[in-house]
Parts: sequence; structure tokens; C-alpha cells
Amino acid sequence: MDFATLASQFFIGLSRGMIFFIVSAGLTLIFGVLRITNFAHGALYMIGAFIAYSVSTLFGQGPYGFWLALLVAPLVVMFVSLVIERGLLRFIYNRDHLIQMLLTYSLVLIAGDLVKIIWGTEYKSMDIPNVLRGSFNLWGASLPWYNAFLLIVGPVVALGLWLFLSKTHLGKICRATATDREMVDVLGINSTRVFATVFALGGWLAGLGGALIAPTTTISMGMDASIIIYAFLIVVIGGLGNIWGALISSIIMGVGEAFGILFIPGVAIIIPYIIAGVLLILRPSGLLKSAW
Amino acid sequence: MSTNNLKLIENPKGKFSNYLGLGLAITGILILLMAPTILTQYYVYLLATVFTTALLATSLNLVLGYGGLLHLHHGVFFGVGAYTVAIVTTKTSWPFAVAVMLAPLVAALIALVIGWFCVRLRGLYFGMLTLALGQLVWAIVYRWNALTNGDNGIHAIPVPEFLSSINSVYYTTLLILVISLVILYMITKSPFGLTLLATRDNPVRSESVGINVKRHRLTAFVIAGFFAGISGVLFVLVERSVAPSLLFWNESAEVLIMCLMGGLTVFMGPMLGAGILVLISMIVGLYTEYWLLVLGLLLLFLVLFLPQGILGYLMEIYNKSQTRRGEN
Repeated sequence: MDFATLASQFFIGLSRGMIFFIVSAGLTLIFGVLRITNFAHGALYMIGAFIAYSVSTLFGQGPYGFWLALLVAPLVVMFVSLVIERGLLRFIYNRDHLIQMLLTYSLVLIAGDLVKIIWGTEYKSMDIPNVLRGSFNLWGASLPWYNAFLLIVGPVVALGLWLFLSKTHLGKICRATATDREMVDVLGINSTRVFATVFALGGWLAGLGGALIAPTTTISMGMDASIIIYAFLIVVIGGLGNIWGALISSIIMGVGEAFGILFIPGVAIIIPYIIAGVLLILRPSGLLKSAW
Repeated sequence: MSTNNLKLIENPKGKFSNYLGLGLAITGILILLMAPTILTQYYVYLLATVFTTALLATSLNLVLGYGGLLHLHHGVFFGVGAYTVAIVTTKTSWPFAVAVMLAPLVAALIALVIGWFCVRLRGLYFGMLTLALGQLVWAIVYRWNALTNGDNGIHAIPVPEFLSSINSVYYTTLLILVISLVILYMITKSPFGLTLLATRDNPVRSESVGINVKRHRLTAFVIAGFFAGISGVLFVLVERSVAPSLLFWNESAEVLIMCLMGGLTVFMGPMLGAGILVLISMIVGLYTEYWLLVLGLLLLFLVLFLPQGILGYLMEIYNKSQTRRGEN
């Protein structure tokens, strides 16, 4: 096991961690502000991937298809999220966790079959655009350009979220709502708009994650089930509602999984669950302070 | 903000009179005893499936409804029980009876290990840890080819001669179900069960009057795991095969839906939910392949309009009529 292999596996894990982060950042934001446990987040991610596929196919998998898909898919998913929030979620904000969870789970079931009806059951795949194809040398190890691209997108999204949450008026209200909702209500701030915005933003992030993962994997039914468990674990071990906690635990999960594949390929599938289990037992309330 | 309890099930409003419950139960059992004489084999098989899931859902409700804990991955103990029978009968030369007796014990042991970690946490964190550790068990079963046959599962599990016909399987599962339900019912009415209710409704006060909340929760968790293991045995009797998908989290979600559908506040609720869900899935399956879409819409309706469940709703009406009679 030379250094180059380790380094390249590390960067691949890191770039996978970026996808985890983009998806779980949306989930944790929704957790923190709306206090909803959104099982449908994985379904939104899956829809994002399928829409990205459709958009890119529309352009004959051409050079612009991918970039347009990256723009359109998150926006469509954002719109879907907005419909879900206004149409359903706002009726159950004061219910207990089980009810909220099962409502979002019903959306998982519905979305799964709707995707089957719209796109069919056969596996889909999407091309990586020419500019991002191939790989380059990094200390003797080869790293695919697309993973390098993800390593740039992840921090950009993190920076964007940080700017939104700490520099904009709405972002500050979001943070305030996550910390002390009653006080925000008392101050006469319209929390309806905040909730809708946050849920739509969360949906946008899920769609973005789906669009980003689309060229690297087979787009299929069931891709929601695996990501949602990862995203939930990431959000919980990072500290519910804490975006930076989600960033740290995404990286731990991504890199841990990558090294698991390298060292013990047969049982790599259990690595994320072991990481999550150990971290939850060591730090029951998450790595960083929870927003609650 | 307290995330410890399920608000939905705080303060159950009264109960059906004991005679009514007992009468319904006896009538139900009599009808079920007669059933195989008039039903076709397929429906007998279907009812046996209902019995299996009914026991699983009722055991979950001990933790979920009575313990007020957000247990998200109960299917694991069911799967462990089923796999224990499958592995012991196909990989060892031990008698079938040993396999059957070992299954709930192994399931309870796994529940003890998982529960030991989980009861330290509260609310959502509890739920997430059950999910993480449950998925860990799933991943192990999925990957440990030598022992579990990996994602192929184990098929054609040999069962004793007297269980070869579907009717005998039916009566066996019914008998085990009834015995298990009686025991579970007695547990909910025992001092332990009542203390468990107290830890659900007010954990802080329970702790301060000297109740060991964590130990009560852990005990409930292990008992539920034990009965889920029995339900796993019944599953093997009916299906004679196991697959790792039994332990995946969406199976557990379906059991949660059963509990919610029947009503978490009523002992018989999860059983009713299990029966309705299995029957609906069969009927819907005749007409369309989109069963999950129907289930999703059904769940949406339940969550928005009938969160107290069918029996919970009936009980509300019944209680209202009782109070009115009392006023007159």
C-alpha cells in the first residue's frame, strides 16, 4: 500500500463526502429550522438525479447538457419541495416526531412509484462532460477530474450557505428560528416565509446533490433509500441542525467509506454504520452543538 | 422542548370495557379456528402471514406505544429470529425444536446489545441510533456470505413433518400468536407495564420517585425483541425462506405504519393495522403493480386525518357515548 494509492483514495473519499455534505446540509437545515425529520430528502435527491438525466438527454448528452442539468434539476426539485411544504408539511409542524416522519415517509413511497411511472424501471446513465473527463496526476496517484470538480463545488456550497446564514437578513432569521422559535414569533417575524424558504433551499440542495452524483453512478430506483440513511446518520452525528457538524461528519463518512473499500472491500458496506454507531455512543448529542 | 414522548399517545382516554374486549377476542379466535374449513389455501396462507406481522407489530408497540420510544428499526429482531431458525436448521444437525427455541433468545440478546446503547439517548437521537445499529446488523447479514448466504438468502428451510400442510402451519401460528398476545397483554397490565407507562408520560418525575427509567426501557426493548424473534420463527414456518431484505429499514417502516393505522393507544391496534395492511396489499396487488403508491397515499391520509388510528378513533367515539350516557 503505497502513499499514492492512499492519497488518491483519500481524495475520492473526500469528494464523496462533498456529495454527502450537499445532501445532508439541506436535511440539517430543515431539521434545525422546521424541526421536521424529512425522510423525503432522499427522494428529492433521486428526483434531482432523474431530472438531470432527462435534461442532459434532451441535449443529446452534449457538452451543454450537463451544465444545464446542473442548473435546472435543483430548481425543479426546489419547486417540488415548495409544493410539498405549502401543500402538506405546514399542517403537521406541531405534531410529534413519529407523525412527521411518517408523513415524509409517505412521500418517499409516492415519489418512488411516480419516478417508476415517469422514467420506467431500467437503469439510466449520464455522461460526464468532456472538460471533466479523464484524470490527472497527484503525487503519483491518479485523481479523476470529476472528483476534483466535486472538491471545488462542496466548499463553494458551504461558503454560500455560510454567507446566506450569517450575512443576509433572512439567513439570520433562519438561525434565530433554529435557536429560539418562540422568541422569533414574539418579535412578529412571519415564520411562514422562513419555513417555506428553508424547505425550498433544502430541496434545492438535495436536487443539486442528485444532479452532481448522476454522471458518476447508475441512476436507478432505490438510490433514495441508501442516501437517506447516510444523510440522517451524518446529520445526527454532526449535531442536529448544525451545518458545520454535517460538514465534518460528511467528510468522516466519505473518507471512512473510501478507506473501508480500500482495506476491507468485502465488508466496506458496514463501515458507515460502525462509524455512526461509535460516534453516537461516544458523543450522544453529536460532534458539534445541536441547534436545538 | 421535550422530545422524549410521543405527544400523540399521552393520556389515553379511557378504555373499552373488559367484557367487550374479552368477548371480541373470544369471538375472533373462534372465527379464526373455523376459517380454514371454508377458505381456500391461498387465504389460509394469507391469514398466517397476518398472524406473523400482527405479532411483530404488537411487540413493537410495547416499546413505541407503551414505552413512548421512537424505535425505528424493529424489523431487525424479526429478521434475526428468522435467520437463527434458518441457519440452525440448514448449517447444523441440531433438532428443529432447538432452532425454534434459540431464535427468540438470540433476538432478545441482539436487542439487549442494541438497547443497552440506545436507552442512553433520548427522542430523535434514540431513534437514529436504533436505525444506525439496526442497519449495521442488516449490513452484516447482507455481507456474511459464509453464515447467511449473503444477498441470496436461505431457501427451502426444512420444517418437521407435521408442519408440511398450510392448515397445520395456520393452526400453529395462531396458537403461538394467541399465547404470545396473552403474555404481552399481561405484561402491559403488570406493575412493570404500568411503570413503563409512567416513564413514558413523565420520565423526570419517574426518575425522581426512584424508578430506574433506563432499565425499564431496556427491559421493554428486550421483551419486544424476544417477541419479534418469535414472529420471525412464525415467518419461517409460513415462508420457509429468508432474505436480507427482512432486516432493511423500510420493512421496519411498514411495521410502524401498521401500529399507526390500528392505533398506538390500544393493545389490539397494531394487530388490526397489520391485518388491514396485509389484506390491502393483497387486494391492490391484484389490480396494479404500484402498491407502494397506494400505501403512500393511505399513509398520507392517516397522518393528516386519522393520527390516532382506527381503533383509537373508535375508542374516542365509544368514550364520548359513555360520558353522554353517564350525564343522562
